[in-house]
Amino acid sequence: MSQATDPGPTAAIACKGITKRFPGVIANEDVDFDARAGEVHALLGENGAGKSTLSNIFTGLYQPDEGELWLAGRRAVFQSPREAIAAGVGMVHQHFRLVEPFTVAENIMLGDHRDIGRSFRIHPREIERRVAEIAERYGLAVDPKARIWQLSVGEQQRVEILKALFREARVLILDEPTAVLTPQEASSLFVTLRAMAAEGRTVIFISHKLHEVKAVADRVTVLRGGRSVATVEAADATPQSLASLMVGREIEVNRRRERGGEIGAAVLEVVGVSAGGDRGLEALRDVSLTVRAGEIVGVAGVAGNGQRELAEAVTGLRPLTRGSVRVGDRVLRGGDPREAIRAGVAHVPEDRLHTAVAPSLSIGSNVVLKSYRGTTVTHGPMLLLKRIHDTAAHLIRSYDVKAPGTTTPARQLSGGNLQKVVLGREFSGEPRVLIAASPTRGLDIGAIETVHRYLREAADRGVAILLISEDLDEVLALADRVAVMYEGQIVGEVDAGSASVEEIGLLMAGGRAA
Amino acid sequence: MKVRIERRLTQPRWLTVAVPVGSLTAAFGLIAVVLLATGHNPAATYRDVFEAAFAANGALTQTLVNATPLLFTGLAAAAAFRMNLFNIGGEGQLYFGTIGSAAAGLLLAGQPGPIVIPAMIAGGMAAGAAWALVPAFLRAFFSTNEIITSLMLNYVAGLILTYLIFDSHSYWRDSESASAAVFPVGKALSDAASWPTIGSSVVVPLGFLIGIGVAIGIWVLYARTRFGFEVQVIGDSPRAARYAGMRTRRKILAVMALSGAIAGLGGASQIGDFRHTLDADPKGLRAYGYGYTGIVVAALARYNPFAVVLVAFLLGGLQNAGSTLQGPDFPSGLVGRCRG
Repeated sequence: MSQATDPGPTAAIACKGITKRFPGVIANEDVDFDARAGEVHALLGENGAGKSTLSNIFTGLYQPDEGELWLAGRRAVFQSPREAIAAGVGMVHQHFRLVEPFTVAENIMLGDHRDIGRSFRIHPREIERRVAEIAERYGLAVDPKARIWQLSVGEQQRVEILKALFREARVLILDEPTAVLTPQEASSLFVTLRAMAAEGRTVIFISHKLHEVKAVADRVTVLRGGRSVATVEAADATPQSLASLMVGREIEVNRRRERGGEIGAAVLEVVGVSAGGDRGLEALRDVSLTVRAGEIVGVAGVAGNGQRELAEAVTGLRPLTRGSVRVGDRVLRGGDPREAIRAGVAHVPEDRLHTAVAPSLSIGSNVVLKSYRGTTVTHGPMLLLKRIHDTAAHLIRSYDVKAPGTTTPARQLSGGNLQKVVLGREFSGEPRVLIAASPTRGLDIGAIETVHRYLREAADRGVAILLISEDLDEVLALADRVAVMYEGQIVGEVDAGSASVEEIGLLMAGGRAA
Repeated sequence: MKVRIERRLTQPRWLTVAVPVGSLTAAFGLIAVVLLATGHNPAATYRDVFEAAFAANGALTQTLVNATPLLFTGLAAAAAFRMNLFNIGGEGQLYFGTIGSAAAGLLLAGQPGPIVIPAMIAGGMAAGAAWALVPAFLRAFFSTNEIITSLMLNYVAGLILTYLIFDSHSYWRDSESASAAVFPVGKALSDAASWPTIGSSVVVPLGFLIGIGVAIGIWVLYARTRFGFEVQVIGDSPRAARYAGMRTRRKILAVMALSGAIAGLGGASQIGDFRHTLDADPKGLRAYGYGYTGIVVAALARYNPFAVVLVAFLLGGLQNAGSTLQGPDFPSGLVGRCRG
């Protein structure tokens, strides 16, 4: 172990030549990375580029097959996450690791094995005092006595950050932290991250959102296909140059849609709809909106404000308690998906793998998941297997799905290819209305581009599209109008061409339009 | 070096065959050790088993007799498992099948075979289906776990059998003949209600042939029809099924009724092929646990109806061999061990 390979005394955390293989895939290959003390370093890459694997290696969850890890100029080997935490590497996961019925202070104490956390008796007062102290220093406003379930998602994230700071993390890794935040919450998070960096800590910020990376990071390391392709100064990079590094080719990001077709008559009319949520509380309250033929109406909002329930109410998956849904000249009773399908409502659900398809069944079966009742693939009660195969093969060809064949189980497809199958099937029913819920979540940039193209083309053909998405850039790029949901209600509707992100962000946080 | 066990993405075709064959070989090996330990010669015992089950004079017939009820209960369990419904109630549905078919047989006592036998089949299937609809209804409308309810109803069905013969003067009970005065028995069915057999050197019960027909029918139903398509989707992902506009509740009722009807058909075969009277004796039909063994048959066959035929046949042979082997130098406990 010679000091000659030391990446430099300024590196708070660094790795050289990290390779991690899983059966059948190489998740990381020869990755070099270094982040200095006092910097916010973004780790940028598409899904499957190896960001999560790398951060799991940094936090001791995985051991690398090859390569070495350096912490503040010394070789480090973590056998477990506990060793990484002890060495000062903390992580905020995308899905929080919090115990809902416990208080903030209790959660922070949990799993802490130093001094007071170690004793048999718990000292809530002492922990609360220290938590409040840290919270104040970094502007992380959270009441230490509050119980987790009472907190908003943004506040829960602050608890996770506090947890890491409480354990004196010198290096903090955040995995896509802004996915669950409003633009305002995101910018206050960025302030916190900058404050931590100013203190000499190192923040590693994992993201695939280009403008955020530009906004908060000092340097950016781009991963592609498991390899580190470049490390650049954030100030010198443009969203275009970063996107090209990520994808490996020139790409257009979120260009505003240019209308191809004409906007026609109102096709989907939702009038005064209310519906219950999964926990029995009312999830939709008196929602009204109209989508005309050829129009894309975006529904923006922070996750969990009734968007999913709205999609389910319109598509018949969720019964209405009040109000009505009209498609063309048909009024739907609600609560019956078959009725909605017959009326010409296509649906790209949020939960791709378990709702949009039956994952263990073949691509062929999933292609005819809705049309099996029709006469094209059946004869009386019998299925025409040859026709099913032909239909699926045709869809695979025309939507450019990368799949070995029509008998491949749907769950073996990548997210992008699966979404192509779903879109292809939904469009094949010649729909009048398309409800697309988070249609690009978890897809890589290339696939997002494809999905956006299909949505644009469908609108140009005259389909009325309701696009529900938490990705504001996506909504603004595709939609003609944007309705913003907050706590089950539509709190405002703005024109996508002239609205600003700040204006929409304010509505998302519950502020009424002026 | 840590070993991680991960799920295979795809199950290779050879594995679906290799696993049961491998476990069977391992089981034979293990039993050989037990046999050695108890002072028997494994090779000779295995030869005896094969002899007794399939080769000896009349052995094949006896094997088929044992296999017939397992074929039905196995198919019944497999039919429900295909939609992820765990019908543990094959036992009770089989009892109800005997009640229903005995009723049909007794009602049509004077009629010729071609009328009585289809009526017995229909009666058995209807009664089995009706009994299966109880847990099906609870599952479809109240989300009650069908494993619990169908299992509990087996005991209820057993008690109803007892009631019909021992505790009441029901339609099924024989209250005239001399022997019935000593010990309560069911009324004997007419000769026309005895199901015919096929073959002379090897006698194949009609029930076994019907069972093979049912297996083919189930395969066609599940692999080639719209009904089967819906069952596959619901079994794989109920949410996707609802999303696609399928009527999940109706399918639960239909599949459970189908499963119950097949078990009930097994009951009809018990009456028509073998017993010719409603048997409520705790040491009779109820001692065999055909319904429960059927679940094992279905699981071993991986819910494939054709494999159910094969497994039922093999298990029938093993049972048959077990009762032949059992004797002074071969305790019954050891037989049970080998069968398990």
